Amino acid sequence: MEFFRIKKDIPFMKHALVFNAISFITFALAVFFLFSRGLHLSVEFTGGTVMEVAYSQPAELAKVRETVTGLGYTDVQVQNFGTSRDVMIRLPVQKGVSSAQQSEQVIDALKAQDSGVTLRRTEFVGPQVGEELVHGGLMALAMVIVGIVIYLALRFEWKFGVAAIIANLHDVVIILGFFAFFQWEFSLSVLAAVLAVLGYSVNESVVIFDRIREAFRRYRKMTTAEVIDHAITSTMSRTIITHASTEAMVLSMLFFGGPSLHYFALALTIGILFGIYSSVFVAAAIAMWLGVKREDLVKSTRKDGDPNDPNAGATV
Amino acid sequence: MNRYPVWKYAILVIALLVGVLYTLPNFFGEAPAVQVSSAKATIKVDTAVLQRVEEALKAAGVTADFVSLDGTSVRARFDTPDNQLKAKDAIQKALVPDAADPSYIVALNLISRSPTWLTALHAQPMYLGLDLRGGVHFMLQVDMQAALTKKAESYAGDLRSALRDKSIRHGGISRDGQSIDIKVRDEATRTATVNLITDQFPDLQTTITPDGAEFKIRASIKPEATRRVQEQALKQNITTLHNRINELGVAEPVIQQQGLDRIVVQLPGVQDTAKAKDILGRTATLEVRLVDEGTEARAAETGQGPVPFGSERYLDRNSLPVIVKKQVILTGENLTDAQPGFDGQTQEPTVNLTLDAKGARIFRDVTRENINKRMAIILFEKGKGEVVTAPVIRSEIGGGRVQISGRMTTMEANDTALLLRAGSLAAPMEIIEEFTIGPSLGADNIERGINSVVWGMLAIAVFMCVYYMLFGVFSSIALGVNVLMLIAVLSMLQATLTLPGIAAMALALGVAIDSNVLINERIREELRDGVAPQMAIHTGYERAWATIFDSNVTTLIAGLALLAFGSGPVRGFAVVHCIGILTSMFSAVLFSRGLVNLWYGGKKKLKSLSIGQIWKPEASGKSVAKPE
Repeated sequence: MEFFRIKKDIPFMKHALVFNAISFITFALAVFFLFSRGLHLSVEFTGGTVMEVAYSQPAELAKVRETVTGLGYTDVQVQNFGTSRDVMIRLPVQKGVSSAQQSEQVIDALKAQDSGVTLRRTEFVGPQVGEELVHGGLMALAMVIVGIVIYLALRFEWKFGVAAIIANLHDVVIILGFFAFFQWEFSLSVLAAVLAVLGYSVNESVVIFDRIREAFRRYRKMTTAEVIDHAITSTMSRTIITHASTEAMVLSMLFFGGPSLHYFALALTIGILFGIYSSVFVAAAIAMWLGVKREDLVKSTRKDGDPNDPNAGATV
Repeated sequence: MNRYPVWKYAILVIALLVGVLYTLPNFFGEAPAVQVSSAKATIKVDTAVLQRVEEALKAAGVTADFVSLDGTSVRARFDTPDNQLKAKDAIQKALVPDAADPSYIVALNLISRSPTWLTALHAQPMYLGLDLRGGVHFMLQVDMQAALTKKAESYAGDLRSALRDKSIRHGGISRDGQSIDIKVRDEATRTATVNLITDQFPDLQTTITPDGAEFKIRASIKPEATRRVQEQALKQNITTLHNRINELGVAEPVIQQQGLDRIVVQLPGVQDTAKAKDILGRTATLEVRLVDEGTEARAAETGQGPVPFGSERYLDRNSLPVIVKKQVILTGENLTDAQPGFDGQTQEPTVNLTLDAKGARIFRDVTRENINKRMAIILFEKGKGEVVTAPVIRSEIGGGRVQISGRMTTMEANDTALLLRAGSLAAPMEIIEEFTIGPSLGADNIERGINSVVWGMLAIAVFMCVYYMLFGVFSSIALGVNVLMLIAVLSMLQATLTLPGIAAMALALGVAIDSNVLINERIREELRDGVAPQMAIHTGYERAWATIFDSNVTTLIAGLALLAFGSGPVRGFAVVHCIGILTSMFSAVLFSRGLVNLWYGGKKKLKSLSIGQIWKPEASGKSVAKPE
């Protein structure tokens, strides 16, 4: 079986401008939504209390909301979580009331209303922890960016490092844009997913850059654009297959993982889909705009031998 | 060219065996068990307790799979929950005669059902996080400023008595925040005071400011001493928490320091958060009272009369009654420290108490008026008082330094100091993070996690086998080995597995297959270019390796960043993610190559590889691949 039967290198770079324009528009939209709607941050970041309760029959959200607001809480969110019997209640941080009192109070009130309710999970996070998490998240992001740029600069060339990181940051912003647009909950595990996507889709760029370097060595007469086209075309098959495999895993998490893994898997899904696009079309195009040349890559690697030599790599 | 030397195969086989061995315990599940641990800091669990447990079980006619002493607890494993409950009752009856004052905690627990020979190899199942087994998690922040203020207060008391001992006349000592201000009138006194501080208080540093004709000496705690005070405060709080959590009867509580001023408490299996929080937040109180030495009280002490009005009866640690007056002289709030030590003259073990300024003043007055009478120090916990010690007052005690001595062993002195310290937390704490996970949710999470890994892996394996034929089978086996190694490493490290950790496992497999796809695609490409099969395998692996290495390093960079800066769920994700990348490099490259070499390596006249159909742009004559 062979899915990809490509006769000639596809001239991707001819349309580089179009790809970059598409990326730019999606990127701009994502930024727009991020600023206009903002992220729906989980309690881990904002501080507050989350309670997950399970009823024996489908729960009436209005009643639950009424009970909780009856306790004097403002800005309470009550919503279904997973099934219609599970309810998630989000309470903001209240000065003077300890976390212990909060959750006890609420569950007692709910029990008074319907004795079939059980507490599945509570989560309380103080506001000081939230600030630290934001700080930690940003530090992690910065470290990933710096680390990857340095590594790619050492292995390839700084232009590739910069191109890869721009392409993949644009994925990150697009994922965040989705979370802002749909107001999906942005939690710590989503943050982990976003950073994992960053590392993962840089993979993709690395594979293509590797090919570009090889093609520069092998096909001396090709122009830079042709080399990039060749690299993308020849890795196409593996790109699609790998991503499909990873996506299969992620989808299985989305379907079987239950509500706790839902947004995590969702972030990965979007990240992987856009990861293909950006690292294939955007990263290479940016590298081209930055002016990658054959001399940048080929000079220091003479020890590998001439790849045109039919005996290269042969050992007995 | 596609042959591994024997040692390489040996390494693969050994790695596989070790992997299987350490993964095994995870399949045995858990069996009901009873765990006995100490409820008091002064009581040790040793072989004597082990024997008592064994005897109690024998007397009750319950047979345990085994009873063993494991560090600080005795564990007995049973075949059914029924026997477990019976055994718990029997052990409880034998070891804890007075339920109101338990010396041992007898708790129900689950321990791995894996055979003893595996346990002897330290092969244990993965340690499940709270989100998978259910329980309570708290993060407490210690108020270090309060600890430092308390320490400064105790230094102020010490300084006062040291100055008096040397007959240095000062114009007043007061604590201002975390430093101590001493007023002196002339230069000679100033020099004497500063010299005294440098000699006797190495932890203090002084600055002098002229204040009109007088001088103000400001003594503050040195930075390194500050750090020490904070460490001690944290350690003491952890000790106190330990003592309190023991009451809850939790089988495996986790109490850990996190960062410089935080403590994480995890109580697996505990559902009653209200009680847990109540116990964590409670301050046991310490009271100093006078012993009632009237004739009526004497009679009451021996049980020959009623307790006189205005007095109460408490038991001391040897269960002897002591009649004490109801009037409270001092409380634990005035006690800043309690340390075991030795008397300079008699070399007897002592317990040294330090009181704050207010406590020192009251104590001096009380001791002056009650020489040769007894004083009792009572620790109230769970609303019940126990006389820790009841020494005789020998002389007036000023300056807030109290030494309790007489007929004590070093051990007893240590225990008394510990109990007195346990009476109060070194510094107040605040709960800044709290999670509760119900046991049913934990079980659901395990099931969901496992389901997503299994289905995802199956989908990938089926696709690989169909698309890459035999090479797909090799890749799928390598993927299975990856899971095996990952679980084995996690079990060996006893890293905590959480739901994000399972997600990371799934993701790691998705990423690991990338390496195999890269290799297989490369081999196909080589074949398409007309390279001979053996050569194609060789160059395919060779060329793919550089790419695989690069891409794994970038993924690893992201993983390490998460590990370094992440906390909680992110950390759980990052640990598995990083280990997964490392094991995937081993399994996807070395192991799958081993399989390929084993299968194809010996075949000299290899005509084709079973790697699926190789399509060629133009049908050239020299076909090397077998069509499907």
